[in-house]
Amino acid sequence: MFRSIRLQPLRSFKSYSQRFGSTLAFIEAQGDSISSASLSSLNAAKQIGNPIIAILLGSSAKSAAENLQKIDGLDKILLASNNEFDHNLPEYLSPVLTKLIQDESKDISHFITPATAVGKNILPRIGALLDSQPVSDIIKVQDSTTFVRPIYAGNALTTVKSLDSKVLISARPSAFDPVQASGSNSYPIEELTPEVESSSVEWVSENLVKSERPDLSSAKSVVAGGRGLKSKENFDQLITPLADALGAGIGATRAAVDSGFTDNSLQVGQTGKVVAPDLYVAVGVSGAIQHLAGMKDSKTIVAINKDEEAPIFNVADIGLVGDLFEVVPELTEKVK
Amino acid sequence: MSSKLNILVPVKRVIDFAIKPRINKTNTGIEKTGVKFSINPFCDIAVTKGADSSTLVDVGEEEIEPLSVAKILKQVVEKNQSNLVILGKQAIDDDSNHTGQMLAGLLNWPQATNAAKVEIKNDEVFVTREIDGGEETVKSKLPLIITTDLRLNEPRYATLPNMMKAKKKPLEKLKLSDFDVDVTKRIEVLKVEEPPVRNAGIKVGNVDELVSKLKDLKAI
Repeated sequence: MFRSIRLQPLRSFKSYSQRFGSTLAFIEAQGDSISSASLSSLNAAKQIGNPIIAILLGSSAKSAAENLQKIDGLDKILLASNNEFDHNLPEYLSPVLTKLIQDESKDISHFITPATAVGKNILPRIGALLDSQPVSDIIKVQDSTTFVRPIYAGNALTTVKSLDSKVLISARPSAFDPVQASGSNSYPIEELTPEVESSSVEWVSENLVKSERPDLSSAKSVVAGGRGLKSKENFDQLITPLADALGAGIGATRAAVDSGFTDNSLQVGQTGKVVAPDLYVAVGVSGAIQHLAGMKDSKTIVAINKDEEAPIFNVADIGLVGDLFEVVPELTEKVK
Repeated sequence: MSSKLNILVPVKRVIDFAIKPRINKTNTGIEKTGVKFSINPFCDIAVTKGADSSTLVDVGEEEIEPLSVAKILKQVVEKNQSNLVILGKQAIDDDSNHTGQMLAGLLNWPQATNAAKVEIKNDEVFVTREIDGGEETVKSKLPLIITTDLRLNEPRYATLPNMMKAKKKPLEKLKLSDFDVDVTKRIEVLKVEEPPVRNAGIKVGNVDELVSKLKDLKAI
């Protein structure tokens, strides 16, 4: 009898400290295909441990929802097929998502987006509307409110605990394996008909880099070029064939992008993409801390540079000091 | 433009981008004494033209979270009747990439983040944004929040005469208590630590050795 009395307050404390609720996961889709970054953030969502409600917004939400049925471990799919959501403009998405998170009948305690251009655009706006401070770009889930994220261009890792009642997070895609799409489920689908707020902002056009090669963020290998390539012609003549031979994505340093060697969407680093492929080949890359921030979690790093003092050699597993204009064509021939 | 442009540019002081930050002995943060500080590079891109007047909100040594910064900026925007706010896309210390979007949310203004190009045509602002697969263009009427990407421009160096002139420009000093903002932290920092160190690598002498090492590692 005494025991049960003593246990009572402990039990209630436990149920209080363990937040129950659902995790609302924002899914980015291109037409009907689910983005690989979203599959990674679903993995992070699973680690939080709550039931997962996926949300799809846009005119192809219904066909994308069919693909979500292939993923195990979800509880429910919400969708809204309004075409106002097609370009992921935060002015239209954020108020709708905010209302969902606040909807008591849905019991949402966590909201997660991938840390992509879209996720970074909408999440903080939702944070402002909910009066909650998001935890962005997490690389590890420690428990349902404690996460690890890099700061200072990845030169330090900080473990933080969210004290907000609604926990908002974005997950760094390269830090979580994408969940596999193999099963066949029949999650309940709820169609929403949200009221869309008006805004003076309008989407005008886009200019996407079209390429047959693997997407930089999800490629198993990446070949990246830096200032050492000296020109766009050299970049195209040396980096592209090596990437082709390895079946790799192409990346670049800020110096290479600013000099016009390649498109800025290929920039790897603190302010560009963060990648963690199995193989990263850095060609003519010095290894500034801003660039290392975007690739130092790669499994194997190869550096080719004529300057043996270049900081890239401090993180490279295999370094070759030599003239890239001789080494790269030879390497391309030998890995074909 | 129906009304004239009144631009607010928030800037942040951060540890200089070229310095490798050191973690303090208690593993609670980054060592900041005796370290070189500069304007956050993204903020530099946002300012680029000489500012007419400045406001400093003195919050002491305390690190203020983006949500609180956005709430303070909202009150500054309302007081100054700004109709365009240009911020950097992220601070290179906390790497949050939050404040501009939050300010837009609090003001219920449109936002154009990661701007690579800004053009004003008649009463509309066209902003080309850097996105994952390339770029996109959005247009909006004022008021508007813009956050700058690296490629928006090349920041100018302040010349000595301009620095002397800047000393005469008004600098309004305000305190946190001048604002009705609760800056209680929403995120508790439990620990700051070094990232895992990579094992020392090897140097190879030629391409053949490189290829055979890659094969040993099953990397190709």
